[in-house]
Amino acid sequence: MRPQIRQLAGLLVACFLIGSVHAKLNIFACEPEWAALTQELAGGHATVFAATHAGQDPHYVQARPSLIARLRSADLAVCTGAELETGWMPMLQRRARNPKVLAGKPGYFEATQQVTLLEKPAELDRAEGDVHGDGNPHIQVDPRRVLEVAMALSSRLQQLDPGNKPNYEQLLQDFTARWKASIERWQSAAAGLRGKRAVVHHREWIYLLDWLGMQRVGSLEPKPGIPPNMAHLADLKTQQADVIILSPANDKKPSAWLQEQTGTPVVMLPHTVGAVPNSDNLFDLFDEIIRRLSESART
Amino acid sequence: MNKTILNAAVVVALSLPVGAVSANPAGIAELRQMILEMKQQHQQQIQALEARVQQAETRAAAAEQKARSTEGKIVAVEEQVQAKPRSGDNSFNPAISLVFQGGFSSYSQDPEDFHLEGMPLGGEAGLQDEGLALWETELTASANIDNLFYGQATIGLHTHEGEIEVDVEEAFVDTLSLPAGLGLRFGRFYSSVGYLNEKHTHAWDFADAPLAYQAFLGGQYRDDGLRASWVAPLDALFVEVGAETLRGDSYPGGGNSGDFGAVRNMFVNVGGDIGQNNSWQLGVSRVDVDVEERSAGGHAHDDDGESPTFNGDSDLTVVDAVWKTDLGNDKALIFQGEYFRRDEDGQVTFAEGAGEALFNYDGEQDGWYLQGVLQFNRQWRAGVRYDRLSADNDLTMVSNTTGEADDDIFEESGYQSSSHDPDRWAAMVDWSPSEFSRVRLQYARDDSRAEDTDDQIYLQYIMTLGAHGAHQY
Repeated sequence: MRPQIRQLAGLLVACFLIGSVHAKLNIFACEPEWAALTQELAGGHATVFAATHAGQDPHYVQARPSLIARLRSADLAVCTGAELETGWMPMLQRRARNPKVLAGKPGYFEATQQVTLLEKPAELDRAEGDVHGDGNPHIQVDPRRVLEVAMALSSRLQQLDPGNKPNYEQLLQDFTARWKASIERWQSAAAGLRGKRAVVHHREWIYLLDWLGMQRVGSLEPKPGIPPNMAHLADLKTQQADVIILSPANDKKPSAWLQEQTGTPVVMLPHTVGAVPNSDNLFDLFDEIIRRLSESART
Repeated sequence: MNKTILNAAVVVALSLPVGAVSANPAGIAELRQMILEMKQQHQQQIQALEARVQQAETRAAAAEQKARSTEGKIVAVEEQVQAKPRSGDNSFNPAISLVFQGGFSSYSQDPEDFHLEGMPLGGEAGLQDEGLALWETELTASANIDNLFYGQATIGLHTHEGEIEVDVEEAFVDTLSLPAGLGLRFGRFYSSVGYLNEKHTHAWDFADAPLAYQAFLGGQYRDDGLRASWVAPLDALFVEVGAETLRGDSYPGGGNSGDFGAVRNMFVNVGGDIGQNNSWQLGVSRVDVDVEERSAGGHAHDDDGESPTFNGDSDLTVVDAVWKTDLGNDKALIFQGEYFRRDEDGQVTFAEGAGEALFNYDGEQDGWYLQGVLQFNRQWRAGVRYDRLSADNDLTMVSNTTGEADDDIFEESGYQSSSHDPDRWAAMVDWSPSEFSRVRLQYARDDSRAEDTDDQIYLQYIMTLGAHGAHQY
């Protein structure tokens, strides 16, 4: 018994030491887009873990054991907020035993807190489907909002790791310059899309449409989070849409049916980093979104 | 514009009428005066214009400076966190949810007669009432109490023999900010034994508890007590080690003798991911119970004093395993199994008629279940479960004043194991229109009782009002 206790004590001490020697920030990103942004802004000064990948819907993630373990040793959690992670993040925060990343602490960052949200419901009624009281949380498809998040996230990094403040400032300057130039490029490439009418699968594209000056005339899901049904799809036939937008995570059948019925082209857009080939960072993600959208509009 | 007109007027005034007015000196003086005035006016206008230009220049400079300071904002933007209300569960403080379950149950055998030979039923074990019934209504409130504590309480309402019973199912506090991965839970809570025990029934994949839960945990074990646990600081591997001490008021405990904790539980949970789409968890728990006057046997709710009581030790070991594979596009495959082994040693008192029997009881029992659930899409799932139990009890009579034969007493007490091992097959299909509602159809072929097979059909609904529930693994 004695030697066992001693071994256990040794293990504990070792664990503490490992914990304290860790020089890099340990960052837990709830979604791949925030992992990518954090990587841009923290460079080599942080280890970034993405809790979900593009193939997973962040609404429906479970508080699985590996995520508890990851959050246990995180210095910062970067999430979307606006109730997107309400099914799993609060539970992870309770079970990870890491006071640093509790809500309200500097170690917990919500991207949607940094920008103005659209589609804030006037009344909360679950009959309206999976609505979010704070507004639509899918802000990552508007590069202007991504920039706002980047600025706030960088200042959070500087706050948590003041020793590397100049480095984070430099990384932010660098990112901002490249990002602003890219936004101009994307905007001019997408100039022809202004005013176009889109039907979306899930209501996750409003920020993209808002940025490009496009109109959403309907969604395949009758209510957010409720799968499409025939009656609703039939109603959509009358909408004179220019394009039907879905993400790789969506069921392809409803959009294919509507395309068959109306001849409206379907375009699959990556909703986050890594959702389609050639979208492995934020720049490539928007390149791909603009490329695919422009191509579908031409046909 | 004014300036041009003025200039023109001056030129005209100076050149044209010179000859005409030269004859009149008074006129000339007047003219001079006029010109002077015009000149003065002109100068004032020019000055005003110059001032305006200057003003414009200052403004431009200010704008430039403002622009520069905006540029400076890129370096560190003031976060808006404090300004906006926080989202999530905390927008309702506390988060309140009401869950009610009910449905229709049909059995080919008498549900009141449900029993497991050699494993007398205690606690809430048993079958749902036959026919249409509201099974359970739970009201849960939870919130961070402050920066140190999280609290959660569940009030349960059940109908029992026409009377509504109000029950504090859970009321516990979790610490939030202990150092080094340590955490305490105190109050009344579901013990961390096995995998399903900590989950509320509405989060279960089947309409009823596995037979092993019926036999060894009285359906589901919760009690008043204290839990201490620790989560290891490992990168990707979840390791949780914990210990509980519980009062022992509910089955498998048998009443609290006044000392601190008649039930002690030690547990380890380990879990992680394999690849991007597979996750797993393994758990081992060991429950030691000092049993005092535990009455069990017959239907759990029968309080007519006919149930035999057990005094002694009860040791339960549970091993649980879960495997989940995400097949993409909302499809998933979930396997789950638990193995229970129980050793009980002590004496049983059984009052029968005017007399009483006392016998030694040395029992070894085990049980397990294995289930697989396939999620077809976000709304539809189907699953199969197999249950099995076995008991090997050694009974020796110490004293018998009932006037009945020893063997009859053993059999009536429910402690006598038989050569028949209870087993059951169950299959279910459920439909969840949203995360807040679920309807389930389940069929089971139950061979728990040696005599007859019971065909069990459940049509169950689970409705959640209020706060979004947690996606517990």
